[in-house]
Amino acid sequence: MSSRSVPHGGLRLDGHKSRPLEQPVLAVPPPRTCILALDQGSGEEAEAIVEPGTRVRVGTRVAAGRGTAADLHAPVSGTVTGATRLPTAAGEGRCLVIESDGRDEREPGVAPLDWQALDGPSLIERLAASGLAGLGGAAFPTASKLAMARAEAVELLVLNGAECEPWICCDDALMRERAAEVVLGARVMLAASGAAHGVIAVEDDKPEACAALEAALVVTGDARLELRVLPALFPLGAEGLLIAALTGREVPHDGLPPDVGVVCQNVGTAAAAARFVTEGLPAVTRIVTVTGGGVRRPANVEARLGTPVVELIAACGGYRTTPDRLIAGGALTGRTLASDDVPVTKGLNCVLAATAADLPARGPEMPCIRCGDCADVCPVQLLPQQLHRAARADDVAALARHGLAACIECGCCDYVCPSAIPLTARFRAARERQRLLGAERRRTEEARARFERHCERLAAQAEEERRAFEDARRRARGDGPPSGTG
Amino acid sequence: MSDPTLLPAVGVATALGVALGGALGWLAAHVRPDRRALVERIDALLPQTQCGQCRFPGCRPYAEAIAHGTADIDRCPPGGEATVRALAALLDRPPRPVDPDYGPTKPPLVAVIDEARCIGCALCLPACPVDAIVGAPRFMHTVIEAQCTGCELCLPPCPVDCIAMASPARAVRAASSAAPDR
Amino acid sequence: MDFPTAAAPHVVAGFTVPRVMLQVLLALAPVAAVQVWLYGPRPLVLLAAAGIVALACEALALRLRGRPAQAFLRDGSVLVTAALLALAVPPGLPWWLLALGTAVAVLLGKHAYGGLGQNPFNPAMVAYAVLLVSFPVEMTRWPAPGPGWDALTGATALDALRTGLREAWTIEEVRAGTEFGLVGAADAEWVNLAALAGGLYLLARRVIRWHIPVAMLAGLAVPAALANALDPGAHIGAAFHLASGATMLGAFFIATDPVSAAASSRGRLVYGAGIGTLTWIIRSWGSFPDGVAFAVLLMNLAVPLIDRWTVPRIHGHPRG
Repeated sequence: MSSRSVPHGGLRLDGHKSRPLEQPVLAVPPPRTCILALDQGSGEEAEAIVEPGTRVRVGTRVAAGRGTAADLHAPVSGTVTGATRLPTAAGEGRCLVIESDGRDEREPGVAPLDWQALDGPSLIERLAASGLAGLGGAAFPTASKLAMARAEAVELLVLNGAECEPWICCDDALMRERAAEVVLGARVMLAASGAAHGVIAVEDDKPEACAALEAALVVTGDARLELRVLPALFPLGAEGLLIAALTGREVPHDGLPPDVGVVCQNVGTAAAAARFVTEGLPAVTRIVTVTGGGVRRPANVEARLGTPVVELIAACGGYRTTPDRLIAGGALTGRTLASDDVPVTKGLNCVLAATAADLPARGPEMPCIRCGDCADVCPVQLLPQQLHRAARADDVAALARHGLAACIECGCCDYVCPSAIPLTARFRAARERQRLLGAERRRTEEARARFERHCERLAAQAEEERRAFEDARRRARGDGPPSGTG
Repeated sequence: MSDPTLLPAVGVATALGVALGGALGWLAAHVRPDRRALVERIDALLPQTQCGQCRFPGCRPYAEAIAHGTADIDRCPPGGEATVRALAALLDRPPRPVDPDYGPTKPPLVAVIDEARCIGCALCLPACPVDAIVGAPRFMHTVIEAQCTGCELCLPPCPVDCIAMASPARAVRAASSAAPDR
Repeated sequence: MDFPTAAAPHVVAGFTVPRVMLQVLLALAPVAAVQVWLYGPRPLVLLAAAGIVALACEALALRLRGRPAQAFLRDGSVLVTAALLALAVPPGLPWWLLALGTAVAVLLGKHAYGGLGQNPFNPAMVAYAVLLVSFPVEMTRWPAPGPGWDALTGATALDALRTGLREAWTIEEVRAGTEFGLVGAADAEWVNLAALAGGLYLLARRVIRWHIPVAMLAGLAVPAALANALDPGAHIGAAFHLASGATMLGAFFIATDPVSAAASSRGRLVYGAGIGTLTWIIRSWGSFPDGVAFAVLLMNLAVPLIDRWTVPRIHGHPRG
């Protein structure tokens, strides 16, 4: 099966995915100290609703979702010892610390859900209570996304199993071992979103996963679902590009997928939804790829949220050698971790303990020679060369004209640049400056408007006083009726 | 040098030069640039603090003075180096440092009223050029931090010196959220 | 355990500027070899002279500009400029003239604008144009075709074409001359073949993209073929143009200089086509025998405008 529209640019990269997939998914024991970050990767913190000293069980709701943060539930049973700022994958954030009592008791009342008996909106409500969030990395509340999809009457559900970035293979492992869960999750999401049909998109470097999914689809026999295989191109797994490749429709740069009738979910999220309806347990675990030259036995592990990354590595045989960098995510878009004490969150899909051999050194930065390789690989058809020039000159107009806002920070341009220019980092910095500049401009405009109103108010006041004075003087002199003109 | 085309060629070139040069000179002298549009563009670059440190009663009068050439571009301490450079780029002049005669360059600050000392005299209310102080006689006064431009015009009128300038705590985050509150 | 932090992306492909330049020099080897076969060892002398002068000028310029000399000298870009110039000029050119030209290329054509990546004009072509205009006789004296490189010097085929047409000969009559070979100019057609081979190597190694060479050759061949079809007596055919002068060298090595070319793919098609067409126009009606150098310089002038008009549509932005 071929893609509808040929993606522009992109890179064909070495996957580095084979070693973790040589064995089945490992289960990591629950942590003794569970560090539950209130910001699970979406950028916003949930609000803790338990006080220190509270006893919790697995599945107890401990934080209320708000904005882009979903509800949080205790991944272990034990006692909440406090909420403090601790190192997280995002740098630092407020975390609920739960000391496990080792008993792993479940919250009573956790029961399977008869999802087929519920209508769409009710199903969404139950999913919201499950704390389900996007496991592809953005950790956006799934229920909100599905509700938006229902409101916009989307007709296509896309399950993103592309996993295009090198080193990450947690979704591959999931699709191989739990294809039935993925398919069930797809059906649940179809019911919740109201979409008419669904597509599971997988890249062609995952033949075992494709076979497993095909088999599961045959068993389920739901005619609304189909499997589509796409070329293994980075970054085809990016939502907007995936949708364009599958349907030929482009999500507007200032819009969202529901604008083109599509809602996109990660396969891991779908599997988590399936687990929720079959067991009733809220989202408290996820599969993480632990890999890189620094790990003795790379593997995909299933870990409770809040498990420190060092315990994941320990489950994989520990460090083989001290890694040069510890990266949360893939080698192209991942964030480096300052310490291995940071906890697993819903948005953490891979821990890459990279050695120097894994990360070829970047040479010294040279001037841009305008070779144009960056534009050839840019998947959103930008001209990184011109953006770079504009960013260096801080030319706001040129940055806007060349579409800085459309940059998905995939890193393809960096990868091919012969002058070793850190383009992606520059663009990130330029976008941050734009944001602050925009905020600054808004404040200035407000101040000007307020000043003008202030002056008008004073002028009106002065005019009123003048009129009152005139009237008073007229009355004092005993002249006729007060002047009505002003 | 007895080329018969030489003299006519020199004559034509000279005539063209005189004609074009004269035309450009006349245009430069008689066709004035749109002053009002220029004032707008200068005003758009000023920080709108309305503090008066430039010795003009507000940013707009200063913009007009720059446009008419009666004031230089280095008089705005709240705008700082960034504003001078933007003005220099707009007017095609070399940038220069902010003239310290017009005030020291400070980081962005907002006014904060010490509520324990405020006596509710309402003398600071009219002093604020952007009406960022809410209050009434004998009621507590407070500065709306998001609206304060840091012009410091409210400090002199206060009889009990209860207003101080402080670093805006939430200024950046507040500014970066979507709609301003009105 | 603590770890150092860094910004994404964390891997690179490992392409470097020196590697690109080395590939270009390798691809020029066939051209040099053919020139040696045709004209004897003199081209090697010229290459050496140009190379040494280029490196010296680059070092001087970097010193004057206060830049780190090591990093930039190692990148090899100035060697490519020198090689192109040495292979473009007649092999009989006095070496000190070539040295002068190389100095102009490096100092005036490259460093006066800010060094690597900043020159709006192709430095080799700047030098070629300066030499051609200042020393027209030496720059148009090519060895006559035939054995022995210092036997006779004479006009090139393009020269003969121009003078012949001016004297109202027909194309067929002009073509009978000794300056003409199988397809194009007598010796130049072999140089062009070698340049084509080198160019295809660069394409295969993805050092250059197809847009500029294809566009330039099309821009040259199409008007030539059309004119030849309409008036065969006054305009020579496309095959000749493709196999004479500096056509292939220009298409694959000179016009593809990334720094002075257009930025986007569409822009490069326009840029290449412009060079090809201008070359044909200059060859047909201009006073210089070969138009590649001036065509390149003229299109370099147009690059900012081309870039402004050929920004590709960004993904997610409205079409049309």
